[in-house]
Amino acid sequence: MVFRRIPWLTFAAPRNFHVLVQVLVPWLVGGAVVLAVAGLYTSFFVAPPDYQQGNSYRILFIHVPAAWMGMFIYLLMAVYGVIHLVWRIRLADMMARSLAPTGALMTFMALWTGALWGAPTWGTYWVWDARLTSTLVLLFLYLGYMALRTAVDDRENGARAASLLALVGAINVPIIYFSVEWWHTLHQGMSVTLTSAPTMAPSMFTALLLMTGACWLYCAAIALRRAQVEVLEREAETQWVRDLIRDGDSRTWDRNATVADARGTIREEGRS
Amino acid sequence: MWRSLWTLVRRDVSLIVMRRQDILTVVAFFIIVTTLFPLAVGPEPEILRALAPGGVWVAAALASLISLDRLFADDWRDGTLEQIVLSHQPLPMVALGKIAAHWLSLGLPLVILSPLLGYSLGLRGFELVVLMGSLALGTPVLSLLGATGAALMLGVRAGGALMALLVLPLYIPVLIIGSGAVSEAMHQAGPYAHLSLLGAMLAIALPLVPLAVAGALRISLD
Repeated sequence: MVFRRIPWLTFAAPRNFHVLVQVLVPWLVGGAVVLAVAGLYTSFFVAPPDYQQGNSYRILFIHVPAAWMGMFIYLLMAVYGVIHLVWRIRLADMMARSLAPTGALMTFMALWTGALWGAPTWGTYWVWDARLTSTLVLLFLYLGYMALRTAVDDRENGARAASLLALVGAINVPIIYFSVEWWHTLHQGMSVTLTSAPTMAPSMFTALLLMTGACWLYCAAIALRRAQVEVLEREAETQWVRDLIRDGDSRTWDRNATVADARGTIREEGRS
Repeated sequence: MWRSLWTLVRRDVSLIVMRRQDILTVVAFFIIVTTLFPLAVGPEPEILRALAPGGVWVAAALASLISLDRLFADDWRDGTLEQIVLSHQPLPMVALGKIAAHWLSLGLPLVILSPLLGYSLGLRGFELVVLMGSLALGTPVLSLLGATGAALMLGVRAGGALMALLVLPLYIPVLIIGSGAVSEAMHQAGPYAHLSLLGAMLAIALPLVPLAVAGALRISLD
């Protein structure tokens, strides 16, 4: 058991995951609130109006983080899907499943705020622009993922099918992105890249960073909580959940958890 | 291995060709969807000509989509698919064989018919050649991508609409580049960049997608 030495796998065991989430979520939520308050304050009162767009540009402080999260969560979901397909770690699938609605929400929010921003800036709520279209396609990929999961009766088969779909989709996302980019673009160029200094006022950049941090923490908290509920539901028959219901909050984890725990093999055998 | 692949392709093609119904349905669907465009937009030649590359390509993508549900479903229902999976042949190879047969019997008729539909919408000469070429390169990619969806959807109730939701987003790049090639040809620019891109997509999809299809088949037959 080489796997046993890797500490992070400890948390792939459902029971330990539950404890981890119990500890993490209050911090994540608290951090999200603090960052959001600071970010909103900076974006409304500190950041100067844009010299061309006036105040309407301020919606991008929520638009840009939402768009980033929408794309990133899809990739993360695909990574969890691969972990689930290759190592059969069920928790990875539960994480992927929990991320999907949040990712879809973020993508939708990016489209929605983008439309509101487009109305005063471009003079229209919607254009068939490259980025808008590829974001819309991303939303459809999320919807297909969630629909496939609910359409397959057997939970494990549905999970594996959805994982494979997420993987195929993730390989396609860059192809879709670039093909749509060549097709037609009206969207303004990126102001923030990793390789050069941002082309915006420092306070705008600070506000954007704060809001991005808030989005990250919010998404992490929501997805972890959703996965936790899923874990409890799936493990409802097991001893540790019964103990939990009887004794209330448990904060001790099982340090001897193995990869078999993560895959649920022991329990499946025990049950049948 | 090549021999068994060849046998599989021949078996599948003759199964589909024997039951002409399927081919006729798909071809008729292709024609009808293309016919809807002039009826909905109006008969002005200028507008129709501008619409032609996209119209024919959308019709071809939809025809490819509706032909998918027969790809694995019949063999799955009577148990043949399970026997094929249990055989010693590598599963990606089997998937490739079935997709090839599917394209030869249901995709190729669309390619052959496309100049006629393109002509009716106002494309002429070289544009028709480009239309046919882009479809010849593009529809195999559509079949390959769609096969992943078809394999995942085996045994799923009410699959039709869901299949469209899964597969159509994956079709988008092919659709853009394919109809782009024809548009370029219409504007006196060389369509070769677009055609090369389509060829590149085919070259990437041909070895990779069968792996995904094989994985999907294993999941569905589990």
